[in-house]
Amino acid sequence: MTAPAIERTASAVASAAPTESAIGIQDLTVRYGSVTALEGLTLEVARGETVALLGPSGSGKSTALKAVAGFLRPAEGRITLAGRDVTYEPPNKRGIGVVVQNYALFPHMRVADNVAFGLRARRVPRAEVGRRVTEALDMVGMAGYARRYPRELSGGQQQRVAIARALAIRPPVLLLDEPLSALDATLRADLLGELQRLRGELPDVAIMYVTHDQTEALALADRIAVMRDARLVDLDATDRLYRRPPSEFTASFLGAANLLDARVLADCTAGDDAVRVAVGGLTVAADPTGAFAEGTRALLVARPHTLGVAEVDRADTLPARLVATQWRGADYRLTCVLEGDVEREIRIDVTDLAAVPALGERLGVALPAEPCVLVPAGAGG
Amino acid sequence: MTATLTEPPIATKPTSAPVRERRGRGGATRALWVLPPLVLAAGFFLYPLALVVKQSFVDKNENVGLDVWRDVLNSPSFGDALWNTVKIAVLSTLGCLVVGFFLALVLSFVPFPGSRAVSRIVDTVLAFPSFLIALAFTFLYGTAGVVNAAADKLGLGEPLVGFLYSPWCVVLAEITFYTPFVMRPLLAAFALVPRERLDVAASLGAGPLRVIRQVLLPEAWPALAAGGSLTLLLTLNEFGIVLFIGAKDVTTLPMLVHAKGAVTFDYPGACVVAVVEVALSLTLYTVYRFVFSRTGAGRAGLVA
Repeated sequence: MTAPAIERTASAVASAAPTESAIGIQDLTVRYGSVTALEGLTLEVARGETVALLGPSGSGKSTALKAVAGFLRPAEGRITLAGRDVTYEPPNKRGIGVVVQNYALFPHMRVADNVAFGLRARRVPRAEVGRRVTEALDMVGMAGYARRYPRELSGGQQQRVAIARALAIRPPVLLLDEPLSALDATLRADLLGELQRLRGELPDVAIMYVTHDQTEALALADRIAVMRDARLVDLDATDRLYRRPPSEFTASFLGAANLLDARVLADCTAGDDAVRVAVGGLTVAADPTGAFAEGTRALLVARPHTLGVAEVDRADTLPARLVATQWRGADYRLTCVLEGDVEREIRIDVTDLAAVPALGERLGVALPAEPCVLVPAGAGG
Repeated sequence: MTATLTEPPIATKPTSAPVRERRGRGGATRALWVLPPLVLAAGFFLYPLALVVKQSFVDKNENVGLDVWRDVLNSPSFGDALWNTVKIAVLSTLGCLVVGFFLALVLSFVPFPGSRAVSRIVDTVLAFPSFLIALAFTFLYGTAGVVNAAADKLGLGEPLVGFLYSPWCVVLAEITFYTPFVMRPLLAAFALVPRERLDVAASLGAGPLRVIRQVLLPEAWPALAAGGSLTLLLTLNEFGIVLFIGAKDVTTLPMLVHAKGAVTFDYPGACVVAVVEVALSLTLYTVYRFVFSRTGAGRAGLVA
């Protein structure tokens, strides 16, 4: 698990409350026949802001993007771009840049013609077209490939061209639908860096970024909208959503956190600094994300990298049994089953392991010194 | 070093006996597979064709020469038939291309209830004999057909539709029958075009016509050319529709072969027209292969 970059924190918090709306979505519902693909989505994206729609397959995130682009007709709701109602406008009237997973380059056109396509469709003067094509290709580092055909490029290069093509029309809104999903891990990491750089070069462009990959969302987004089963589950600034996930689903999906069964030992509200909870045989301090009554069952959110391992007989640890070990180069991922009334599988990422414990060995799981976040149990979103 | 130099190069190494034996067996097996189709082709196609070609050079008095060819090629009926054949085939093919492209476009990209059923019906039409369409046209547009009967009941007077016996009816019937031959490869080609490509083109500001012209058509071109070429070949040789429609003054080359062979019993003349028809078809097929090998459609599997 990669923690979000520290420099993102300030911008994320600053943009938590959108100011000038670039994209407005109100109560948007999309249906395919009797199947509801998106239900009641309300979301605003400010000018210059990046919002990631994050969720598993079938959560409705791509449907939301397609509705904003005009590729799908909503059953209910309203879409505005810079305050203008575009709900029933065709895609060619919306002025949005769109980048999709499979690049969607025109195979019979050279790279330069692909990038020029939107400019020619908008009847931009010929001299201007050439200049802007060069400028867009320069932005993505593909200026040397203008004469090539898409089939002569790698997947990463094709996606760069697709991004250049979308940017060439200078759209106020850029929609990216899983743009890195078709690439291998190395290319994905490279292009993610490129997107971060581009993000900095386009301070006025509102970006809606659809992904199922939390790393991309954490690295790029000012805010993240977590989606599940056609609905919006949680929406908040990236940093806050990662550090204080308000629901069980967001906690487990964003950062793959461990969820430990806990019992609240005193009444508390979301504003409280900490509340005492019982976890296994331990009593620890927790950071409540909402109001909890004394005796309520809740879930303690513990990221794998915040947990540690110790001797099993240590009093401040939870006894567990090791069931799997995975060496990942930079660290070990230990999968353990907590001993107790309810056996729960947890994952621990440790970098400094003197000796790898044997499978089946009992060990103590040490909770982080800082209070873990407490979320309601069973409210998966 | 010396050993390496004196060793014979790998390429000139004599083939070992077992390898030679295997190759020999493989060659015999190949011959056994190739022989039956060759015999069949020779017996049922090449030999009759050779007989037709031979007969075209022998006149009624069994004299061998070019007299029959000279007579047929100089006759006005041959000129008319050739012109009619080419005119009807070209017009029908153009009609098929326009209608087929539009229908394939709608079926592929404008989903509507029943579109799959329509697609299946298109496949079914490919299996029908062509004269069925002519027969259906007679029932529909004939003097006592459905359309004229309905017009008469409505008090519209004279037969409303009277084009059944015109060349245009032949063209219309051929368009109706052969359009699926253009649609089928187009539907297959359109199925390979990702929907996202059209969506992204639209998002870049392109209207529907520009998307069709600049994004879809270049991708559909090999399929369009394949379907169009096949249709042109088939319409050049169409006999059933022309015969059943019975259009006045519409004699095509296949009709002329039929008239000379079965009505006036001018077998040498029929053979000359048949050879011209075959030559026309083969020329067209050669052009079709040449064009496709140059455009790369052959590599895409569109040319057999």
